[in-house]
Amino acid sequence: MSFLSYLITGLSLGSVYAIIALGYTMVYGIAKMLNFAHGDVIMVGAYVSFLAIGKYDTPALVACLLSVFACTILGVLIERLAYKPLRSAPSLAVLITAIGVSYFLQNSAQLLWGTDTKVFPAMLGTNQLVLFNGELMISYVTIATIVACIIIMTVLTLFINKTKIGKAMRACSEDKGAAQLMGINVDNTISITFAIGSGLAAIASVLLCTAYPALNPTLGSMPGIKAFTAAVFGGIGSIPGAFIGGLMLGILETFSIVYISSQLSDAIVFGVLIIVLLLRPTGLLGKKIRVKV
Amino acid sequence: MEKMKQLFKKNNKNQALSFLLVIVMYVAIEALLKTGNLKSLYTSMLVPVCCYCIVALALNLVVGVSGELSLGHAGFMSIGAFTGVIVSGYLSNFIGSQMVCFAIAVVCGAIMAAIFGFVISIPVLKLEGDYLAIVTLAFGQIIKTLVNNIYLGYDQAGFHFSFVKNTIELQSGGKMFISGPVGATGTTITSNFTAGVIMILITLIIIYNFMNSRQGRAVMAARDDKIAAQSVGLDIVKTKTMVFVLSAALAGAAGVLYGLNFSTLVPSKFDFNTSILVLVYVVLGGLGNMFGTLISTIVLVMLPQLLRALNDYRMLIYAVLLIVIMIATNNKTIRDMITGVFNRKKAEGEGE
Repeated sequence: MSFLSYLITGLSLGSVYAIIALGYTMVYGIAKMLNFAHGDVIMVGAYVSFLAIGKYDTPALVACLLSVFACTILGVLIERLAYKPLRSAPSLAVLITAIGVSYFLQNSAQLLWGTDTKVFPAMLGTNQLVLFNGELMISYVTIATIVACIIIMTVLTLFINKTKIGKAMRACSEDKGAAQLMGINVDNTISITFAIGSGLAAIASVLLCTAYPALNPTLGSMPGIKAFTAAVFGGIGSIPGAFIGGLMLGILETFSIVYISSQLSDAIVFGVLIIVLLLRPTGLLGKKIRVKV
Repeated sequence: MEKMKQLFKKNNKNQALSFLLVIVMYVAIEALLKTGNLKSLYTSMLVPVCCYCIVALALNLVVGVSGELSLGHAGFMSIGAFTGVIVSGYLSNFIGSQMVCFAIAVVCGAIMAAIFGFVISIPVLKLEGDYLAIVTLAFGQIIKTLVNNIYLGYDQAGFHFSFVKNTIELQSGGKMFISGPVGATGTTITSNFTAGVIMILITLIIIYNFMNSRQGRAVMAARDDKIAAQSVGLDIVKTKTMVFVLSAALAGAAGVLYGLNFSTLVPSKFDFNTSILVLVYVVLGGLGNMFGTLISTIVLVMLPQLLRALNDYRMLIYAVLLIVIMIATNNKTIRDMITGVFNRKKAEGEGE
């Protein structure tokens, strides 16, 4: 029974990674950039919902919505101010700018909210679902996380495949020039992608902080790197890939903590990533791009 | 042919400027030190600046010259630093001269980092582009995690090693070199500014010689056009491996310099952020431009210290400066505007 309980914990952690990874992968797919500031958007989202609940005593759902709203605006602002001027610049320049944005967000948070670790309030209570005569206990937070991830995944897949904006996004990620010739507003499409990615980051932040309730200005970096790994794991640019990659990474991390060693779990996770990339150089579901002369 | 000549001239100029910069800086700082005009705040920064210069030069070899992105160079620094601490701690039992100890430690650190660099380059260089960058990131994380779990001590009975859990019981007079997350403590400080500058000069000599060698030209050809380079029979994987190993070795040597400059050193010092920091120096200095790298490293390492008057806002300003510089140098409209202003001034100056 303990195996099942670890598996569920892993799935829940993986769901959070998957939601963050979706943001990475969508932005990469369309703007071909590694957005290292994504992890810090998560941090901002966490602080917004923390302040909403702690200071203004709003209900959990309202706090969550506020956080999504704030992060969406933040994401679009970052894109417009920092990344848009570099649309045709070499990718390394954009990467460094993203790092600059990440420093900026971390240090602003430090100035605004201090460096001390704050405790995130329990949003869904600490109730647990008891199954099999108490042999299996699952907290409602865990269930909510997994359900949220599945809903997001379904809605996002439908959005990308069925709506006009989704079609525009796919077109932009294939070929920006051709998309523009077809009358697609590339700038707006990219902004929408950033908005969705950042909104997802906000949801992830609430889920993450409910599960691990310690708040500080660098809380986003490690989940950010892990989710980025998850996106690569599944094949960066691929939405189902991010989902599968996230879940696998979460399960892998939980299992290596429980069965091998909590200190070595990071080494194991990244080691598996390297092996996966050696066997499938573009991730599990990544597209292979042939270079022609 | 003319173009080739120009290229060589440009290279030589860059080379001469780099050496000149290092030597002039060294003389100036030594003069300030001798007359006691340098604040202790800056004195403590001298060796770290040297160390970051070497790592940035080493990283520029990978990013600028061979055109591959590495996000894990702090890992090599870490390997170098802790190897250096162990070697110098062990040798100090037998060798009296600190200089000799330090030199051997640097060589050992470089070799150790080179071995790791070679092992890592096998999977890394099979991949391309962003995937390659991610594998180097992963290796950086793995190295950090592993070093975090190493316990190594030495006493009369020899070396004692344990992993994950500290099970070492040393006899009296024994010394722990590395104790897990606490890292190295009680290290005898043997690094100094002169050694750092000498190491920068050696690094520059190695890098410029490599860039002007047959292998160096092969790597640059592969960077500019992989398929064309392959079609004239260049063994790209081999040359790129060489660059990667060389760069790892230099980063390892820099790590030794860093590790032996502090009496305590935690493994988490060499994390992803350090790798990124060095990458920032390289990109701002200019890819493949060693002189630019030196300048940007010196300025950027000192900048937070210079902005100290602004207290809490200094890192914020640092971040904003980073973004603004990147946009100003890479956005075509803004760049044209800036060069336009300069050209007009120049034209006016000529008109007078």
